[in-house]
Amino acid sequence: MLPIFKKEINTFFSSLIGYIVIGVFLILMGLLLWVFPEFSILDGAYANLDTLFFVAPMVFMFLIPAVTMRSLAEEKQAGTIELLATRPITDWQIVGGKFLACFVLVAFSLLPTILYYVSVYQLGAPPGNLDSGGILGSYIGLLFLAASFSAIGVFASSLTNNQIVAFVLATFLCFFTYLAFDFLSRLPIFFGKTDDIVQSIGIAYHYDSMSRGVLDSRDVVYFLSVIALFLAATVLSLGRRRW
Amino acid sequence: MSVKVINLTKIYGLQRAVDGISFEARRGEVLGFLGPNGAGKTTTMKIITGYLPQNDGLVEVCGFDVSAKPMEARARVGYLPEHNPLYREMYVREYLAFTAGLHRVKNVDKQVDEMVERTGLGSHRHKQIGELSKGYRQRVGLAQAMLHNPDVLILDEPTSGLDPNQIVEIRQLIKDLGKEKTVILSTHILGEVEAVCDRAIIINKGKLVADAPIQELKQQFAGQTIVTAEFAESTDKNLLAKIKNVQTVKSVGKNKWQFFTASGQDIRAEVFAFAVANRLTLLELHKAEHSVEDVFQQLTK
Repeated sequence: MLPIFKKEINTFFSSLIGYIVIGVFLILMGLLLWVFPEFSILDGAYANLDTLFFVAPMVFMFLIPAVTMRSLAEEKQAGTIELLATRPITDWQIVGGKFLACFVLVAFSLLPTILYYVSVYQLGAPPGNLDSGGILGSYIGLLFLAASFSAIGVFASSLTNNQIVAFVLATFLCFFTYLAFDFLSRLPIFFGKTDDIVQSIGIAYHYDSMSRGVLDSRDVVYFLSVIALFLAATVLSLGRRRW
Repeated sequence: MSVKVINLTKIYGLQRAVDGISFEARRGEVLGFLGPNGAGKTTTMKIITGYLPQNDGLVEVCGFDVSAKPMEARARVGYLPEHNPLYREMYVREYLAFTAGLHRVKNVDKQVDEMVERTGLGSHRHKQIGELSKGYRQRVGLAQAMLHNPDVLILDEPTSGLDPNQIVEIRQLIKDLGKEKTVILSTHILGEVEAVCDRAIIINKGKLVADAPIQELKQQFAGQTIVTAEFAESTDKNLLAKIKNVQTVKSVGKNKWQFFTASGQDIRAEVFAFAVANRLTLLELHKAEHSVEDVFQQLTK
């Protein structure tokens, strides 16, 4: 797993992918949080990072598929998957290495936003007047969300050898698992009866729960299950040639 | 036995791509896989390397069943797939080091340097693979296959698309490798089999049609001379068959006949004498050797 992880990370940073992903994410976040009047923290009345944790999932919905789209689709397109698959490594190691590399890249782009926390901490009146526990919870939630999106993206990439198809598919799946269940729960057949259960299938429910600063084991289990589910589906899809 | 294939069958949909093939490859031997395109060569190789599963039959590499003990078998195989897929954006050394990592090779740097040396990549080792010419990419492909010092090398059309000089070099490399390892290479160039292989297997439509040492194959098939004669008048086939040294006679047109004889036998003089004796007018008379290509065509028709 380690050689594949290392190779993927090297590829991200020897091509432009790595820099562009991190750069675009940070510029977008910087603009939304500090410059654009409607979202800007400076214009808001409260010292918090709610905007960051509201906008970041939306940006990840597009950015993570862009990172993951090539992971397996390119290998299949170029035929290099045949070489990987005939090495003494399991399909799990291939998928695991790819997934970890994508996740680490995304997590890396999140790292500089800690500066935002420091800034807001200083800007509060009095300084330090913000919900640090909630923010820590939100960061953990965001990392879990990024990992889930990465697993979804790698899965989408395993379904096709066309990177654009992989991207579109991954974006749709990310949107669906993140938000769609929230919307669906408002349908008359669920509303007021089972809407809570329907909501809890989606990522948003657990992400929001984590951002309250309470680390509920159910949320952690949920995220780990989503990641495991999509990685298992990826391994299964990679083994399609054996069917 | 380094590679043992017993009754191998692979079915795609309704088509039997590989149909009950059995053969063995020994250490210190270069085995040629011959056959027209679509005969099942590549499929067989993909099964031996563990990329595809078989529907039936057994494949053993160095005593390890490819389906039951895939990791052990794969560790002992070096594979150069058809079309030589490579990561274009990686550097030669970087790619070889990556491959070494996948095989948990110790002394990565030393091993990579040795392979670079052996495949003649020295002056190109710091280039990106995408910048290399086809011949050098093929060397990278060979280097990655040999890197972990495997006992068995599976090379799918290793010389396709190379220029004549490169072909000679790569063939020499394969020949050298064959002295210490088991090499199975596929090709549809007959000359290549003659130049490199000790033994050849001919596959057609998924079936094994020949498995013999090169010398034997050549004798078996190159061993015929064909004399074609055309007369102005009709004549009796039975009379023609009585001409000295003729093995078989075949009619190939109106009053046109083909005489098959053992290799090196020239019966043109006898045919001429026959024509004179029977008062026939000889319109055409020529001799041809049966080439390895003919053998190949006969077997794979």
